[in-house]
Amino acid sequence: MAVVFKRPHALRDVPMHYCPGCTHGIIHRLIAEVLDELDIEGKTIGVSPVGCTYNNYEYFNCDMQQAAHGRAPAVATGIKRVHPDKVVFTYQGDGDLAAIGTAEIVHAATRGEKITTIFVNNAIYGMTSGQMAPTTLINQVTTTTPYGRKPELHGYPIRVCELLSTLDGAVFVERVSMHDIKNIMNAKKAIKKAFQVQIAGKGFSIVEVLSTCPTNWGKSPDEALKWLKDNMIPMYPLGNFKGKDLEV
Amino acid sequence: MGEKLLMKGNEVIAEAALRAGCRCYFGYPITPQTEIAHYLAKKMPQVGGTFIQAESEIAAINMVYGAAGAGARVMTSSSSPGISLKQEGISYISGAELPAVIVNIVRCGPGLGGILPAQCDYFQAVKGGGHGDYKMVVLAPSSVQELYELTVEAFNIADRYRILTMIMGDGILGQMMETVEFRDEEEIIKVDKDWATTGTEMKRDHNTITSIYINPEVLEKHNQKLQAKYRKIEENEVRVETFNCDGADIIVAAYGTVARIIKNVIKMAEKEGIKVGLIRPITLWPFPVAAFEKYSEVPKAFLSVELNAGQMVEDVRLAVNGKRPVYFHGRMGGMLPTQKEILDKIKEIVKGD
Amino acid sequence: MARVTFIEERCKGCKLCTTVCPKKIVIMRTDKLNQKGFHPAGVDEMDKCIGCAFCATICPDCVIEVEK
Repeated sequence: MAVVFKRPHALRDVPMHYCPGCTHGIIHRLIAEVLDELDIEGKTIGVSPVGCTYNNYEYFNCDMQQAAHGRAPAVATGIKRVHPDKVVFTYQGDGDLAAIGTAEIVHAATRGEKITTIFVNNAIYGMTSGQMAPTTLINQVTTTTPYGRKPELHGYPIRVCELLSTLDGAVFVERVSMHDIKNIMNAKKAIKKAFQVQIAGKGFSIVEVLSTCPTNWGKSPDEALKWLKDNMIPMYPLGNFKGKDLEV
Repeated sequence: MGEKLLMKGNEVIAEAALRAGCRCYFGYPITPQTEIAHYLAKKMPQVGGTFIQAESEIAAINMVYGAAGAGARVMTSSSSPGISLKQEGISYISGAELPAVIVNIVRCGPGLGGILPAQCDYFQAVKGGGHGDYKMVVLAPSSVQELYELTVEAFNIADRYRILTMIMGDGILGQMMETVEFRDEEEIIKVDKDWATTGTEMKRDHNTITSIYINPEVLEKHNQKLQAKYRKIEENEVRVETFNCDGADIIVAAYGTVARIIKNVIKMAEKEGIKVGLIRPITLWPFPVAAFEKYSEVPKAFLSVELNAGQMVEDVRLAVNGKRPVYFHGRMGGMLPTQKEILDKIKEIVKGD
Repeated sequence: MARVTFIEERCKGCKLCTTVCPKKIVIMRTDKLNQKGFHPAGVDEMDKCIGCAFCATICPDCVIEVEK
């Protein structure tokens, strides 16, 4: 018998600190599988955000930098400009990318920086225990919307893929999800394509990954997946917004 | 020495950076330093370098973080309000021990303040405007020639100690033109940046650039390591000019543009039989404590003259350590002290008994 | 045939693997605890395993290795 599934080399053999059932772990593995399959671990540099994954530089075997909250796209810009032949990615949450880091992601995209952003949208601030995020849904209860998010008080959720797809520099924009096996496999395809778009030097690529937060959603891991499917997907429709047919 | 040119201060800083091997500049427009960006926007492409006008000073300083962490010689520049925006990035760069150069062409504040020259960012630069116990080496040129020499030196200091090094000028220095004599070749120190994120090429364990150490024992050790580095810099990197201090009746402390005014005041005072000395810190950090200690019992008093409400005067008092009174005279809002008003203050102090 | 092995010390007892197995053979070992105090997942009826790796795909912690 042959091994058909095991930890990818690009993912360090260390336990990860994420809560039980948190889909960050899956996303990390998918990225590492892509680095292995494209054989680019040795020439990749990743950027960790601030948030639950603030130290995911300890989980990847490629070189990594940890960035101030929201600034990963700027840090990645600096790295890529110094090493245009290397592959550079940022891993960011919804607070990091769509709240404090909105300017950085918009301008990295509009500059067409040849970097890849993996944007994990779980509609809440995990690390700081459950506050509202820019992607928190209307009526969703969080520690800072205890009566549910109300537009007249807390504004509306931000659809990042739709927002960024209006920018010419963003050449590959896709939203995927973790809520079942088919979608996890589809997410890996999108992540792989995004990295290939970067390697082909086409421009800025981003994959938005709908993800769960069992702890702060107050749900069991599989209930959380169901909640994601029933509540987040209507607000954040899955699919490719740009670059589906790009030759890579 | 090589070429001699008449050049604007800001452009000399940019030219010096190129000569020091800087191939990465991230900036943002703000008066009175934007010529640095104009110059590098033209020149960087000619030398295969990178110039980006970032979306904000915050983005620019974080691009510096990334590029420095990737092993490049990198610079950013701004003026007071922009430097305030960069403070978080400065703290991260200091925590991650990344070598880089940052230029502050100071303008009057606070808030939007004005666009005229000032020295009101002294505390922010030397006491730390960002969070945490960190230091930047802060160099204070007082001529266009020094803008050139100290900018080149800043890159060497940054690489030698893996520390952020600031050139702190003011609007006058940035905007004025003076002759500058360039060397044919620059002395660029070579350091092995094996810690940089250049890609493992599958030949080494991964490098990580970070400033977070969640374990307190580890973070305290990290801080102790930073403090040891700062002590070493205090021993080795102080730069100061002392002028006319032996037997001086009064010693003035002044840096940058103000030090030039003082040199004229010294001549005027001589005619009136008053010997005025000058101690001109060139490194604002590490502060030239020894120079003040050496002369601490020579004059009747010390006088700190600055373009602010009194900032460096505190460090002069610390250095003089109570041995002599330390007076202060300053102007704000972009106003400059006249030679006469400084001389009057000196006379008041010297003849004040 | 196929086989799955569980690195039990890495399991956090999130049960996601048990929800996707087409053969319903992935179970939680409630009779034991790993060092972190979780009941690790596991498979007893290994003969029924078809090596589809669904369990491994959804596992956030790379607990499961699959052979076929």
